[in-house]
Amino acid sequence: MYSYSDFDAAFVAERNRQFRQQVERRLSGALTEEEFKPLRLMNGLYLQLHAYMLRVAIPYGTLNSRQMRQLAMIAERWDKGYGHFTTRQNIQYNWPKLRDVPDILGALAEVEMHAIQTSGNTIRNVTADHFAGAAADELADPRPVAELIRQWSTDHPEFQFLPRKFKIAITGSPNDRAVTMAHDIGLQIVSREGEIGYRVIVGGGLGRTPMLGKVLRDFVRQADLLPYLEATVSVWNLLGRRDNKYKSRIKITVHEHGIEDIRARVEDRFKLIRPSFGGVDQALFEQIKAAFAPPAFRNRSSEGYHAARAADPVFRAWCDTNLAAHRAPGYAIVQISLKAHGATPGDASAAQMRAMADLAERYGHDALRISHEQNVILPHVHEADLPALHAELRQHGLATANIGLISDIIACPGMDYCTLATARSIPIAQQIATRFDDLKLEHEIGDLKIKISGCINACGHHHVGHIGILGLDRAGVENYQITLGGDHTQDAALGQRTGPGFSAEEIIPAIERIIDAYLAHRTGPEESFLAAFRRIGMAPFKHALYEVEHAHAAE
Amino acid sequence: MPRESSREFIPKVVTGNALIEGDVIYLTAEDDWTRDLARAELLTDEATARLRLMMAEGQPDIVVGPYLAEVSPEADGLRPMHFREAFRSTGPSNYFHGKQAGGA
Repeated sequence: MYSYSDFDAAFVAERNRQFRQQVERRLSGALTEEEFKPLRLMNGLYLQLHAYMLRVAIPYGTLNSRQMRQLAMIAERWDKGYGHFTTRQNIQYNWPKLRDVPDILGALAEVEMHAIQTSGNTIRNVTADHFAGAAADELADPRPVAELIRQWSTDHPEFQFLPRKFKIAITGSPNDRAVTMAHDIGLQIVSREGEIGYRVIVGGGLGRTPMLGKVLRDFVRQADLLPYLEATVSVWNLLGRRDNKYKSRIKITVHEHGIEDIRARVEDRFKLIRPSFGGVDQALFEQIKAAFAPPAFRNRSSEGYHAARAADPVFRAWCDTNLAAHRAPGYAIVQISLKAHGATPGDASAAQMRAMADLAERYGHDALRISHEQNVILPHVHEADLPALHAELRQHGLATANIGLISDIIACPGMDYCTLATARSIPIAQQIATRFDDLKLEHEIGDLKIKISGCINACGHHHVGHIGILGLDRAGVENYQITLGGDHTQDAALGQRTGPGFSAEEIIPAIERIIDAYLAHRTGPEESFLAAFRRIGMAPFKHALYEVEHAHAAE
Repeated sequence: MPRESSREFIPKVVTGNALIEGDVIYLTAEDDWTRDLARAELLTDEATARLRLMMAEGQPDIVVGPYLAEVSPEADGLRPMHFREAFRSTGPSNYFHGKQAGGA
């Protein structure tokens, strides 16, 4: 993976030195909160409901065992012994003290990590497919270009005062696991007559005005990518609305001006600035690519794996849900679920982080990934090592076999932590997971993505959940709206609202009625929830939700 | 959330987050800050509430983002009117952390 250059290390050290002084000035009273707030936000430090929260960047979701161990150390030394992995492939600490944050940033810098670009109106931490460099269906590893964009965007002089935050996601595979259709810019690596390039999607986003991205250009050559991105952000920087923060994202700019107008402006700007990119970026890109060279995959027998599969049904069940196809023969991508039934989605204890670091080092070429679905991935594990790996995961409560199932829920922190939240998310996720585990229905239901947000900002991606749940405050009471039919993949779709929302007590039974309706209407186990919804539409689910006896909607 | 008419004032407390720890604090009648809602000063008229909020705003070395939160005086103490304030006065529901655990 990428290692810091001297420039990177010096840049992070200088930012940390500045922030340490800023904290000192805030504590001495030399800075007011109004002056300090934008400075702390530039370093990922929020003030939440019960405490400060530090959001640490995990660029394109990639980290090694040394970094994971440092995250564990920070959790133990300065927090409450755990961390929360987010839908943007970051980690959040929920309980740091202001005085300690400069030391935490120092500890992060020791392992080439930071909290820059995780907050504020900047180009945020670039996200990528969590199977990058490992997926069988991949055209090219998206991480080198994610790192190139990271270097281009950090402290970019033209983009110091953007209208709002700006999020870029990249997939190197036609099967989009990076939600590129719901980002300010989504990049899809594509091939044209053997040449690798990028399809540029613009103007996607969730939040209060959810929109799917539109194709800005079908093919951008590698050498043109940075100037093309710069032209796009530049056009938005000038046109984007600063009068109303709810209309400031590029999705609104594209919506108000139309994609053709935006495209014409971007092409004009691109022509103007393209000559200023003299190829330095391409030389840099080649260096970065070399840093992401695949590990030396070993040629071994998978006999032990097949024997264990045949002998151990628990191991087999875990393999069936938690493994994904790897590009190298004999290898598998291992998904470690952070969704044990009843646990907080995305949380890992320091002990679990260390266990995952050890396992990555021992069995996984020292590589770990954080997925936007709030799980941890070991991207390169040989099948022969899977039985031993699984046994160790079990010891640490990390062997839950539920990836892609109803309990593998995305949930934002919600009103248990977040100042923006209008209702809780975590307890709803916990209750759904335990309820369907009790019913022993999870595997019968099959592929199903539930995504929960505790406010309209949609950090929990509810619009693109097969079942989306949005927590609202209705006259001082938590109320949950349901959407159905959302899809975060290459076939992206926004969910449709079922109707009036449900109280905290009613939402779990409501989800059960939806599931019952699906099981009753599907053609067979091979027809997924989403496929069934697309075939039969909203009516049967509405009927189950609102017209069945004892069903009472609240609004 | 009940809306105030011009006649009826809903009792309030001054609350915010502590600068260093970041946890929830309340202004007391002794011009001090407490982490315990039960010890907060109950403000029963608008003029006093405004005055006490102004005083809190003059202490940026202690409190961040002070504001007035509605409470209901009950036999066993002050009860937050809104569930958000209830969470602030106890802690998150997924872990026994925060005030319910007796610490920041």
